[in-house]
Amino acid sequence: MTNAMVKAEGVHKSFGAVEVLKGIDLEVKSGEVFCLIGPSGSGKSTFLRCINHLEKVNAGRLYVDGQLVGYRQKGDKLYELKDSEVALKRRDIGMVFQRFNLFPHMTAVENVMEAPVQVKGMSRAQAKERAMQLLQRVGLGDKAGNYPSQLSGGQQQRVAIARALAMEPKLMLFDEPTSALDPELVGDVLDVMRDLAESGMTMVVVTHEMGFAREVGDSLVFMDGGVVVESGNPRDVLTNPQHERTRSFLSKVL
Amino acid sequence: MTADIKKTDGPAGTPPAGPEAIKAVPVRHYGRYVSALIALGIFFALIWAFANGDINWGAIPDYFFNDRILTGVRETLWLTFLSMLIGIVGGLLLAVMRLSKNPVTSSIAWFYIWFFRGTPVLVQLFVWFNLGFVFEYINLGPVYKDEWSQFMTPFLTALLGLGLNEAAYMAEICRAGLLAVDEGQTEAAHALGMSHSKTLRRIVVPQAMRVIVPPTGNEVINMLKTTSLVAAVQYYELLRYAQDIGTTSGATVEMLFLAAAWYLILTSLLSVGQYYVERYYARGSSRQLPPTPWQKVRAHLTSFSSRKGVTA
Repeated sequence: MTNAMVKAEGVHKSFGAVEVLKGIDLEVKSGEVFCLIGPSGSGKSTFLRCINHLEKVNAGRLYVDGQLVGYRQKGDKLYELKDSEVALKRRDIGMVFQRFNLFPHMTAVENVMEAPVQVKGMSRAQAKERAMQLLQRVGLGDKAGNYPSQLSGGQQQRVAIARALAMEPKLMLFDEPTSALDPELVGDVLDVMRDLAESGMTMVVVTHEMGFAREVGDSLVFMDGGVVVESGNPRDVLTNPQHERTRSFLSKVL
Repeated sequence: MTADIKKTDGPAGTPPAGPEAIKAVPVRHYGRYVSALIALGIFFALIWAFANGDINWGAIPDYFFNDRILTGVRETLWLTFLSMLIGIVGGLLLAVMRLSKNPVTSSIAWFYIWFFRGTPVLVQLFVWFNLGFVFEYINLGPVYKDEWSQFMTPFLTALLGLGLNEAAYMAEICRAGLLAVDEGQTEAAHALGMSHSKTLRRIVVPQAMRVIVPPTGNEVINMLKTTSLVAAVQYYELLRYAQDIGTTSGATVEMLFLAAAWYLILTSLLSVGQYYVERYYARGSSRQLPPTPWQKVRAHLTSFSSRKGVTA
């Protein structure tokens, strides 16, 4: 298990009577770009949110970096983690949302500084310096003083990526990061993600960008109806799908 | 597509001007002149009636800066400030309690709001004042011990009566504000590893303030006026002092006008303050901050001079 950043064993998740995840088994290796595709409602976003415990798993086991998510195991018994312990683990997992979720009352640079200062106790000066480097890395060094409402969707999403990177995570989760963007802004965000992948970051990406999955992805999983239908190398799955369901989905999106 | 519109060329060296501005005779609104005349007529008739009534207007400036009146103004402001402080802190606490997942705390908050919103504040003031029938003594162990009537001074009665009542209203305002913040904000903060309390303090509350501040300004103005009720529990504030002067000097009505004038001055000042607080919390939510009154005045002055050039 040393090599697996994320490991899921029979993960189930229900919202009331609706079972969204019906037993997910998968493994994300350290340093790889892992793409999750599938129709909406297939449970891919829910699974992603389980990884940093924004959603509680109902059954099965989910490990991040070899440690159980949300629980502590002593013998046969599971103990729920305290909120502070969950928060501690989330520091190492960056998340990028479909709707950016930047803090609108803070400028771009303040958004990036917020967590290092408030969570890690970094000094403001040091956090600001790091934040400026990160903003430059995502190509927004000149927008540091702008509020999110003064930025385009693509710029906001790149700030959101910088904000997540500021915590120096060992795993990055992307929840349809380009789905809310104008088509011509998608490229900028994907470029940043590509750079990040090349730097060796472990990434789990829920996406509809098949081009990105094919070029940058190391593994790909096709989900439907709460189960993994097909998985493998993105180039193989996308060009030569084995299942009928995968084929019909890909014929609609490609 | 502007390519079809013929542009008149500006002087050489400047970019071409836009299409020629429309010059048309504007519609005449005769109804507006008539209604304005009627309204002005009624207004001046009222002023005339008051000016010629049996009121000794001279008494108002005589007593306007009277020591007792000024003391009353201070007391009113002080009481407003302290009651609102209790109201806002208590309201925020109650709102967080109501939104919490703990059924006991949320029920208690619900009950509190139900009770304090459901009974008149004047009745509450009387109840606080007379609580000595229930608690004969107040005993806080080694810290404080006294008879209730000694402990519950008019000031404390007024403060608790107004403050605790206000907390119930502020709770609903704060709850609306907290609910108005997108859930994605909480998720984003949690995903960064921020704790519940830090998320609330750093992310949710500052954004909720934008929704909370305007009705709170309303509440402050309301509170300033409601303080006049505490005269009923023997607390001396602006109205009570004005009434006292009125009875001793014989200028009863005049002193009521005086108090009304002071209340108007104070509420007007508060409205100005509210504008600036709202402006502060609007940062980030609107692309451009609304202008300050002074900026507006300047903009109007400059636009007057250029208005001649603008038609259509």
